[in-house]
Amino acid sequence: MVINDPILSIWNLNIRYGQTLAVKNNSFEIEKNKVTAIIGPSGCGKSTLLRTLNRMNDFIDSFNTDGTINFDGNDIYAADADPVEIRRRIGMVFQKPNPFPKSIYKNITWGPQINGYQGDMDTLVEESLKGAALWDEVKDRLNESALSLSGGQQQRLCIARCIAMRPEVILMDEPASALDPKSTARVEELIAKLRQDYTIVIVTHNMQQAARVSDNTLFLYEGELIEYGPTKALFTKPEKQQTEDYITGRFG
Amino acid sequence: MILALSAFISIFTTLAIIAVLGKESFGFFQQVSIWEFLFGTHWEPLLEPKSFGVLPLLAGTLLIVVGSGLIAIPTGLMTAVYLSEYASERTRSIIKPIMEVLAGVPTVVYGYFALTFITPMIRLILPDTQIFNALSASIVVGIMILPMVASLCDDAIRSVPVSLRQGGYALGATPFEVTKNVTVPAAFSGIIASFVLAVSRAFGETMAVTLAAGATPNLTLNPLESIQTMTAYIVQVSLGDTPAGGIEYQTIFAVGALLFVVTLGMNVAANWIMNRYREVYE
Amino acid sequence: MNNFKSNIEKRKRIESIFRTICKALTWTSLVILVVLLYHVAEQGFHRLSPDFLSNFPSRFPDKAGIKSALWGSIWLISLVFLISVPIGISSAIYLEEYENKGKLARFIEVNISNLAGVPSIVYGILGLAIFVRFFGLDRSLIAGAFTMSLLILPVIIIASREALRAVPQSIRHGAYALGATQWQTIYHHVLPAALPGILTGVILAMSRAIGETAPLIMIGALTYVAFVPESIMDPFATLPIQIFNWASRPQAAFEEVAAAGIIVLLVVLLTMNLAAVIIRNYAQRKYRW
Repeated sequence: MVINDPILSIWNLNIRYGQTLAVKNNSFEIEKNKVTAIIGPSGCGKSTLLRTLNRMNDFIDSFNTDGTINFDGNDIYAADADPVEIRRRIGMVFQKPNPFPKSIYKNITWGPQINGYQGDMDTLVEESLKGAALWDEVKDRLNESALSLSGGQQQRLCIARCIAMRPEVILMDEPASALDPKSTARVEELIAKLRQDYTIVIVTHNMQQAARVSDNTLFLYEGELIEYGPTKALFTKPEKQQTEDYITGRFG
Repeated sequence: MILALSAFISIFTTLAIIAVLGKESFGFFQQVSIWEFLFGTHWEPLLEPKSFGVLPLLAGTLLIVVGSGLIAIPTGLMTAVYLSEYASERTRSIIKPIMEVLAGVPTVVYGYFALTFITPMIRLILPDTQIFNALSASIVVGIMILPMVASLCDDAIRSVPVSLRQGGYALGATPFEVTKNVTVPAAFSGIIASFVLAVSRAFGETMAVTLAAGATPNLTLNPLESIQTMTAYIVQVSLGDTPAGGIEYQTIFAVGALLFVVTLGMNVAANWIMNRYREVYE
Repeated sequence: MNNFKSNIEKRKRIESIFRTICKALTWTSLVILVVLLYHVAEQGFHRLSPDFLSNFPSRFPDKAGIKSALWGSIWLISLVFLISVPIGISSAIYLEEYENKGKLARFIEVNISNLAGVPSIVYGILGLAIFVRFFGLDRSLIAGAFTMSLLILPVIIIASREALRAVPQSIRHGAYALGATQWQTIYHHVLPAALPGILTGVILAMSRAIGETAPLIMIGALTYVAFVPESIMDPFATLPIQIFNWASRPQAAFEEVAAAGIIVLLVVLLTMNLAAVIIRNYAQRKYRW
């Protein structure tokens, strides 16, 4: 698929855990200010691929990659690339909400604080919580522990924490899979709202969710990129037989 | 029911310790007031005129406790951080067994090491140091309790969910920032408990201090002087030929009771901290 | 978007300093171990000889040997094994399989973990008052063995409970489903499966008992014993006590003799720990769940 305004360009990417090849020779680009969904059956390598995009896999000893991932003109796996700087600019929301066991307020301010944020913290907290559609629910108890929030609220707090950093890209790893249907709906609404300002890459095994929230969809199967295109086209007229089998529920 | 009987042996043991220490200490305190014992500044129970102020022994013990803590606590914590945050599996697989070996070396060997290696080293740098001195003993006790601090802190840090750390990294934090602001605060109760347990261990340590720190009850803060700890005093008396029933014999029970009460208090506190403040994660 | 002031250089500097300090401190323990072993070997190696193993202690460093202490340690550890292992394993089974909830169990558990933290010299005081004086066992092997057994019981109980807990519930359910009683289930299935773990714990506890000095000094284990004990009522010396005795003498030659004694002690300990590792590895291969 030809992308007009790419923010991330991936060329010939292989990802290995020890001897196992988890992602095989993927090449694709992520469109700026759009929502890109990565779908595929469990174990197809989609979370691995996502975590590679902001070097969260560095913490696994046996992990290694080859190929290039270009972000803003630079290879993020180049020898002089700094993972800390990359993660500041490419944020991440995890499968299970993981707020820090601190106050709601501190959960948001900690990232900006260590990264030398110069502006007003109160404003930033308010903006970020509003951005994550959580402000109204928590504005009176910002100093309470983040662990006192419900699961859905915790996940929106994690999103607020992420957007407080003003990242250029937000990676979401099945952000709603640990939530109940109502909270899921709220998170999806939020993604729809965030797409105006951010580039979002979301991994999901829920095809309806991919169809609802994304502009482009990438189908990954056993580490191989099978098909990549505009969501609407991919779900209505898939080009590959495997894609059709998967989205019609014949496997996976 | 034999099984149940075995299980109750632990309770009998505790009761026996309390009974023995209590009975003989009671005899001691009929002759020496508790006030004199706890706040007296001279400890001369074997020579006339006798005096029974435990403060010099307590000060000697505390000197060792503080000195060894200053060595083992930062080193142990930093080691645990390195092992859990930076080290590869290979490094872990080297360091962990080394820690186990260090923890398994008999204390008398550490005492020998302090006396024949560490003390000469110190005297090379500070020639005024006495042959028996608190510094050498503190260093060696620090080495002894280091594995305990490191391994308990490592357990505490490892029990912090990976997701929490990843949350920190995903915000562009460096490993140091994640350690300082996420991991260590989340593992705080476990870390503090490990410090308390290590201190309690240093408090009751016997052979290394007997060999290296000397047998001079000495109310001093100077680590280069010879001192005597509570434990070393008990050993000193039992090496001599002290008849049962005399006040000299009873002193070891009074000192032992103090030792028991303090270490038990610290152990109970450590358990309490760990249970009370254990963060509950899913 | 850019209210962010780039501070990355400074942060990276702090990071690398912190990392270097942590790394240096971590490897310090290796250095300490190497220095310790080297120092002992350098001092004591040339004193090791068949004579050293077969001579009794002597006032003359050149004639001093470790025979009585070595045999004393072997006697003591055998007795401690016979006393503490059955009691320790029974307690663990009782606490883990029979009485594993409720206030009493909780109380015993807390009690055991506190006992594990009691300084060894306090056990010595206990042994002196109870076994030596009250039961009139005098300064005998058996008094030492009882004292040492009390000291290591908490270690054995805690390790055995962990081993029992690691046996999956499905094994127990499988046995019950075939109509086994609780005791049959434990005796035929749970205990064999937990045995490697228990043995590892037992060996570690035994190494602790071999290396302990203070409690035995308390009960008055003689430091000059020129014979091999022949019954459990005999007086005795052990390796660490002999080492302590040599190390506390002022003559430099005895320092070397002490170092030679330490080498013997460490070889004994190393052998036992090696056995523990082999058992652990064997167990990990045999039982996988």
